[in-house]
Amino acid sequence: MEKLFFLMFAAVAIASGLAVVTVRNPVHSALALIVCLIQVAALFVLLRSPFLAAVQIFIYVGAVMVLFLFVVLILDMRKAVLQAFPPVKKRFVVGVILVLSAQMVAFVFLTPMGLGPAQGWEPTVESIGRVLFTKYLFPFEVVSVILLAALVAAIVIAKERQ
Amino acid sequence: MPDTAILLEVLVIVVKVSVICGILFGLPLPLTWLERKVAGHIQVRLGPWRVGPHGVLQPFADMVKLLIKEDIVPDRADKFLFKLAPLLSMIPAFLVFVAIPFGEKFAIPFIGNEITLYISDMNVGILYILAIGGLGIYGMILGGWASNSKYSLLGGLRSSAQMISYEVSMSFAAIGVVMLTDSLNLLEMVRSQSGSFLDWNIFYLPVGPVWFVIFMISALAEINRIPFDLPEDEGTLAAGFHTEYSGMRFSFFMLAEYVAMVTIAVLTVVMFLGGWNPPLDISIFHLVPPIFWFLGKVVLFIYFFMWLRFTLPRYRYDQLMAIGWKVLIPLSLVTILVTGLMKI
Repeated sequence: MEKLFFLMFAAVAIASGLAVVTVRNPVHSALALIVCLIQVAALFVLLRSPFLAAVQIFIYVGAVMVLFLFVVLILDMRKAVLQAFPPVKKRFVVGVILVLSAQMVAFVFLTPMGLGPAQGWEPTVESIGRVLFTKYLFPFEVVSVILLAALVAAIVIAKERQ
Repeated sequence: MPDTAILLEVLVIVVKVSVICGILFGLPLPLTWLERKVAGHIQVRLGPWRVGPHGVLQPFADMVKLLIKEDIVPDRADKFLFKLAPLLSMIPAFLVFVAIPFGEKFAIPFIGNEITLYISDMNVGILYILAIGGLGIYGMILGGWASNSKYSLLGGLRSSAQMISYEVSMSFAAIGVVMLTDSLNLLEMVRSQSGSFLDWNIFYLPVGPVWFVIFMISALAEINRIPFDLPEDEGTLAAGFHTEYSGMRFSFFMLAEYVAMVTIAVLTVVMFLGGWNPPLDISIFHLVPPIFWFLGKVVLFIYFFMWLRFTLPRYRYDQLMAIGWKVLIPLSLVTILVTGLMKI
């Protein structure tokens, strides 16, 4: 039963992921990305991590994608639809794809990932919070500093344009 | 062959989901009537009067009108998204009710089976509600874009900017309540507020009332009601994102809006007003079934929202943004600090 659900969500996720890059209209491809992110959230639920699923929907679908759409809507749509993909050399594209897929394959085969949810460790909100603020405190702080820097940079760039 | 216990469980869930869906689909009927009656009496007139006694059949007349109206899809609109958008705004509004508890377990008389008054008791209940509730925005923004009309597009953009801004302070208010009750679970939240009304989160001095006010204001902005109904400002935007919609598709947007209003009323009751706990811990109040206390408080808040609508004027767009970013967010950050210090 669970396998069936996994296959369903995974299939839709891959299909919508493909749609993101193949569909011509930017708004449609943003919609496909939303579908893809929701499927990933569903996969988190199957992995017994409701917290991650809720956060995935909250942040990516609820906030990041809305801002994406916001920017896309302001663009000149007809021009964007007609334009082909940005003029980049084919060799470069192939190279990037190869490097990324090599990374992905290495990640899948070299990390000790199981097929099901991790045993003996219940990913509740409390346990995630505790681990985040004890074992991974330093990376957590580094990430927040990077985010803060990005925020400041975004404000500076926006201010300069005025 | 699955055994009967699992089948029964699935059956109970299906029944509960269909009951809730039925109630939510039926809700706009009494609510539109009530809204027009409240409007009428506040403005010293009668409100709907002709169709049925005191106009109670007016919503049915409206429904028939909406059903038989011509369904117009504008020329050069994005047909697929135009048809999808009303559903995108309606489905999240319904999905939220999966996590909302209406009471504790209770035994059905004569059968002896215990039944729970919620569909799912989620550990991350409040996060789920905020996350799914925020998805309704796609209906507005995509509907506005797909209509291929200036007014709709501007309405959609406005609503997305407004909802993004106020979602921040609304989530902060939710964090505040989570800090007060030590749980993300809505059932736990209600249980921690049992006792007299002084145990309710709204009376958790000094931060409770502040969180309540922050939540109320940002929730009003989230559900696009006056004084924050900028996305459908008639004076400047025709009707905002649903300018081009007619008939049933328009009524889906309206349905979503009413369901969102009920959701906010329910959430306020669960988070701040003790859910189904009676206001005083005396035996006579415990004779009344808890669900009546719950629904009573919810109705009170729905009335409060309608009362506001016909009392307050609409804010200007820059005032709206200033309230969100310059007042509510700093205030909620300070209140989080105070709440944290209180909890040490």
